[in-house]
Amino acid sequence: MLDSLWKLVVESGFAAMFSGDGWKNLIMIAIACVLLYLGIKKQYEPLLMVGIAVGCLLANASALGGIFNPLEPNKTINALYNQPLWDEFLKEGGEHAHDYGYILAHGGLIDILYIGVKAGIYPCLIFIGIGAMTDFGPLISNPKSLLLGAAAQFGVFFAFFGATLLGFKGNEAASIGIIGGADGPTAILTTTKLAPDLLGPIAVAAYSYMALIPMIQPPIMKALTTEKERSVKMEQLREVSKTEKILFPIIVTIFVILLLPSTAPLIGCLMFGNLLKETGVTERLSDVAQNALMNIVTLFLGISVGATMVGSRFLEIKTIYIVVLGLVAFSFSTVGGLLVGKLMYKLSGGKINPLIGSAGVSAVPMAARVSQREGQKANPSNFLLMHAMGPNVAGVIGSAIAAGFLISMFGG
Amino acid sequence: MSFAFADEVANEVAQAAENVAESVPTGVKSNYLPTGEAILDAALGYLVVFIGLVLLMVVIIIVGKIMVAKLKKPAATPAEAASAKAAAPEAPKQLAPGSAGDVKLYDTDPRDAAMIMAIVANKLQKPLNELRFVSIKEVK
Repeated sequence: MLDSLWKLVVESGFAAMFSGDGWKNLIMIAIACVLLYLGIKKQYEPLLMVGIAVGCLLANASALGGIFNPLEPNKTINALYNQPLWDEFLKEGGEHAHDYGYILAHGGLIDILYIGVKAGIYPCLIFIGIGAMTDFGPLISNPKSLLLGAAAQFGVFFAFFGATLLGFKGNEAASIGIIGGADGPTAILTTTKLAPDLLGPIAVAAYSYMALIPMIQPPIMKALTTEKERSVKMEQLREVSKTEKILFPIIVTIFVILLLPSTAPLIGCLMFGNLLKETGVTERLSDVAQNALMNIVTLFLGISVGATMVGSRFLEIKTIYIVVLGLVAFSFSTVGGLLVGKLMYKLSGGKINPLIGSAGVSAVPMAARVSQREGQKANPSNFLLMHAMGPNVAGVIGSAIAAGFLISMFGG
Repeated sequence: MSFAFADEVANEVAQAAENVAESVPTGVKSNYLPTGEAILDAALGYLVVFIGLVLLMVVIIIVGKIMVAKLKKPAATPAEAASAKAAAPEAPKQLAPGSAGDVKLYDTDPRDAAMIMAIVANKLQKPLNELRFVSIKEVK
């Protein structure tokens, strides 16, 4: 009886907290609670942040209950998430390298859900939903918006360079840089392919900064533009026909994938979702992509990405570097968009409001709303929202191209 | 004894380094980049994004011009112009006094549109009949 009780005490997570690396899991549980607070109370990207926080909480709490031993997989299996299983999976030339059957046979619940992240399925499914929810009309009516979407990828490459200076390897630097694309699924897909060890901190940094866009962008916007520039009222956009809206996803799919084949999963899914929306004959599918599919995948993605934030991997100096570089990436993406916006203001003879440039970071529609708000502060009769939506959705395409480039450069 | 412990630690560190080095997906180029190469890669990447989107912009502009031309073309054909003349002219729509015309609604309920116009007028501190709304569209 006493032996059984003693065994329960020794095997409990409370006992494990104070032995070995248990304290790291304890810190991660505290971090998970902070993320929950940010998601629930502050509403920072709550749909994903709450899932990430719960994934982190579950992985670290359950990690305290026992350590997985690949030699004796049936004895110490964790019912939720087993990092060593994934180390085996990624071990080049190892017995279980890239063996999903091994994961399915020995993994816990989150290990099995994580297969969707590892195989790049969830980000692509989310892109179908994003495509089905996005109206590319403002971009089609003002194709010059694409220049702003391209300019706002500056932060991606600036942070990439910064990361190499801080001692990150090329593949890691590429994954960190893509945070500047301000596109969660793209960042997750790129990191999964190039540096899966960094997935936790990169996902958290990407989603946190996306939620913080209303705080990060305005000071940069004010610093780089004059009151006169911010108060420019833009002309009404031309009306876009239904045929153009249907042709757009088909043209983009063919053109961008031929240009950079590595963008196929992201661009293909994004444009497929958009085609479902625009055809008008697949309303049921469009509805499922926008709601049910999007919600289910968001649920799985959040919890499985959060589970990668295991104490022994997350609590490193690298994480702090990633958080700082993520902020640098976001800020410089905003700078890139604004500077090209200013150039377009000059070239157009003052007809283009440079504030729409900052919306080129792809966080849709948050970045466009920030442009609208700042424009209206300078001139209360200014309505920039639809003009800013053009660069905003162009940013989604731009970040997918940037990700495709980095994957083709470092993905072998 | 202490040497044995040191060896054990060294082995563990080496194993950990090996694990990290091997925890990289197949084919991924996992090496440190010299500064010059990193600058070149970054510049090339930014250039590729620009070139891709500029080319896409050109394609969209061309398609847009074709579509606009197609929409205008039928109105200009003589047969249609003649038939248009032959058709009885429609009675001009009676507009409310002071009205600037119809507002086009896209995915927006007329009731919501009325509320939006009222809110905008209130926010701008201007009477509604001094404002002209061209279209209202729901941003999804």
